[in-house]
Amino acid sequence: MFRLTAAAVSLALSLTLGLSRPAMADEQVTHFTLDNGMDVVVIEDHRAPVVVHMVWYRAGSADEPAGTSGIAHFLEHLMFKRTETMESGEFSRTVARNGGQDNAFTSYDYTGYFQRVAADRLGLMMQMEADRMVNLRLDDAEIATEREVIIEERNQRVENSPAALFREQKDAVQYLNHRYGVPIIGWRHEMVSLDRDDALAFYERFYAPNNAILVVAGDVTPDEVRALAQEHYGPIPANPALPERLRPTEPPQTAERRITFRDARVAQPYVSRSYLAPERDSGAQDTAAALTILAEVLGSGTTSVMAEALQFDSQVATFTGAFYSGMSLDKTTFDVVVVPSEGVTLEEAEAAMDKVLAEFLTTGVDPEQLDRIKMQLRAAQIYARDNVDSIANRYGRALTQGLTVEDVQAWPDILQAVTADDVMAAARMVLDRRQAVTGWLMAEEVTQ
Amino acid sequence: MMRFILPLMLALAALPARAAIEIKEVVSPGGITAWLVEDHTIPFTALEVRFRGGASVEPMDKRGATNLMTALLEEGAGEMDARAFARARDGLAASFRYSVSDDALSVSAQFLTENRDAAVDLLRQSLIQPRFDAEAIERVRAQVLSGLRSDEKNPQSIAARRFDGLIFGDHPYASSLDGTIETVSALTRDDLRAAHAATLARDRIYVSAVGDITEAELGTLLDKLLGDLPATGAALPGPADPVFPGGVDVVDFPTPQSVVLFGQPGVGQEDPDFFAAFILDHILGGGGFESRLMTEVREKRGLTYGIYTYLADRDHAQTWGGSVASANDRVAEAVDVIRAEWTRLQTEGVTAEELENAKTYLTGAYPLRFDGNGTIANIIVGMQMRGLPIDYAATRNDKVNAVTLEDVNRVAREVLDPAALSFVVVGQPEGLTGTSN
Repeated sequence: MFRLTAAAVSLALSLTLGLSRPAMADEQVTHFTLDNGMDVVVIEDHRAPVVVHMVWYRAGSADEPAGTSGIAHFLEHLMFKRTETMESGEFSRTVARNGGQDNAFTSYDYTGYFQRVAADRLGLMMQMEADRMVNLRLDDAEIATEREVIIEERNQRVENSPAALFREQKDAVQYLNHRYGVPIIGWRHEMVSLDRDDALAFYERFYAPNNAILVVAGDVTPDEVRALAQEHYGPIPANPALPERLRPTEPPQTAERRITFRDARVAQPYVSRSYLAPERDSGAQDTAAALTILAEVLGSGTTSVMAEALQFDSQVATFTGAFYSGMSLDKTTFDVVVVPSEGVTLEEAEAAMDKVLAEFLTTGVDPEQLDRIKMQLRAAQIYARDNVDSIANRYGRALTQGLTVEDVQAWPDILQAVTADDVMAAARMVLDRRQAVTGWLMAEEVTQ
Repeated sequence: MMRFILPLMLALAALPARAAIEIKEVVSPGGITAWLVEDHTIPFTALEVRFRGGASVEPMDKRGATNLMTALLEEGAGEMDARAFARARDGLAASFRYSVSDDALSVSAQFLTENRDAAVDLLRQSLIQPRFDAEAIERVRAQVLSGLRSDEKNPQSIAARRFDGLIFGDHPYASSLDGTIETVSALTRDDLRAAHAATLARDRIYVSAVGDITEAELGTLLDKLLGDLPATGAALPGPADPVFPGGVDVVDFPTPQSVVLFGQPGVGQEDPDFFAAFILDHILGGGGFESRLMTEVREKRGLTYGIYTYLADRDHAQTWGGSVASANDRVAEAVDVIRAEWTRLQTEGVTAEELENAKTYLTGAYPLRFDGNGTIANIIVGMQMRGLPIDYAATRNDKVNAVTLEDVNRVAREVLDPAALSFVVVGQPEGLTGTSN
């Protein structure tokens, strides 16, 4: 949920399944913590006189109090309004007047704010970001108008898109107890009554240096960042009442679920299934690494198992895919999707998908395919060094989702160490229909 | 209030004046020209190749041929079928992307220094010896047709097609380069071969390379990669001469939020008023949060999540476009506000402060764009296609700074045209009915 999705905003947040990471020896990353508990990560890249300044809060939509879905994202919008020392809109205006760009984003586990500016403007960015960490002053009229903006954002992202509506319903069914089943942007009926008190309660609870991570990437040195961070963020006291991050957890899932979503705007039906899956945990990333490679083996590109079987050896599908992102504080999902060819029903497509998965569990991994995937993962570390913004994102996400800098740096080697047996063990563990939701997205008239 | 002072003071301090990159022109032994930025920091090269013309050179009864042909370049080449090609590419961890627009066919490649020769050989085969196997044609055609069926129910696609059809008459720009279900269904292998021969030719190539490669290495690479392409391709289409009828065109489509495209005649880069228009667009709707339209439509009234305008300087037409989306019961107000702002800007112009802020942003942000091999390769191949000089990056900010308040306000009066401002609205808008011809 970006505050604003502009074509010009190039900071890509959806890292490709954790494939990318610079080789440790080539990546200049420094990590330290201020006395008030604020974590700081500095990533050096001196090729251009640019810096990306980000503050990440360990607070996302899954941390919201019940009944106020969307408040994490709404607060993100409101953070660009008035503070004790700045007028409404002055933050972005000042960034622009300094030739910079700024924006913000909200996810289940984090909320982040960033500016991309000339390296010599870093201090000013910190000054303003530190200001709005504690000095926000919300005004009821502005809240009412901005609430209309987030409703229009929901219209644009969700209500106008049958695929997004389908995904929302499917996620809600996937999680029996965890708030990952509630959309980040919020349920519309709750969004319309979000108010100043809801926003301030979330702000006061979570926006504090001991719940924040500063990530600075680009043409800077750790010493410069340390001095500026001390000056601007150092004086803000920690919030002693910061709650421990305890969330409702999933009970054992023991019943397969199915949904059918129909919408007249659907032109291309498809079947997608999500299986509840473990996430990357600090010091315990092996299973997530095996699942990451499993997704590549099964459903990433022309040479994957699903594409071979359903698009080449037979023409059941026009598109197939498997997806897994281990970057999540709590349990995540492993997803497969099949878009059937014309004349193929969803029932047939699903049966063909299940047949491929079942056969894969008996035939196992092609060692040459595994070698190619590992070669691509190694190369991805080199290509990733070209984009310091995405490296900054990787660390911000990791540190808000329970991982450490060391976990991020160990990840490429853990991926390389995954064996064919590990992949198969992960496949047998995750491909369990009792923990899965199978969804059919269909046009309104019943054509099957 | 003291904290206001620091930002304002800093705003006056000098920003980096120019992009600190050194672009070299490399001419291969075989006579192919490329622009190169050598940077050996990371052991890979980003290579961009453009073929001017793109999908606009195809016959309109074969609409979609170039698009389907482009999608098939990676689906088998030389001795390799689609899967063998993909395995070879993945084994080298090279990345090849092929895409086509109305003005160009684009090839974007990234490859590691350690296996550059093998990667370039593979890329060469895809460009020069694509197979167009029957199996691959049918498989990819089915994907294109699936996309076309989805576009028919996607308000964004519906709006774009309606708008282009409205303003571009019988020029190729008037129709989608994806083709229609009818034309794509009828395409033959011969049509694809013809599209290949018409599009990928040496008389329309632009190349840039950035990264871990020397001038000599690039020279050799260029001849190997592109030297065996035919010398000439198909003729480019003439000017599109867009006609803007004004008014509102409503396409009824049952969806909760109306999608709106709007536009009027634009200004091209070769026009002496281009930078004045560029600054004007920034103030009007190109400048994100700081633009007038964002302030009026989003910040003050909450009518949308985002509103943008842009100067589209295409090879055969210059337009000034914009987009917004609002709930069906609020979109009429959004359209009213846009019209009012268009007129206000045309009649009253911008303030000196707005001009100064726009210049500060545009000149400050420009050098920050040049921040990675892939990004720089993209920027400098675009500069070549626009016919800009190789030192353009060093002088561009001076051109922005040279624009005066009088320039901007004269261009506002002369170019902004509220009567020509045309809207296409897709949805079920309340209080809006079609008024255009």
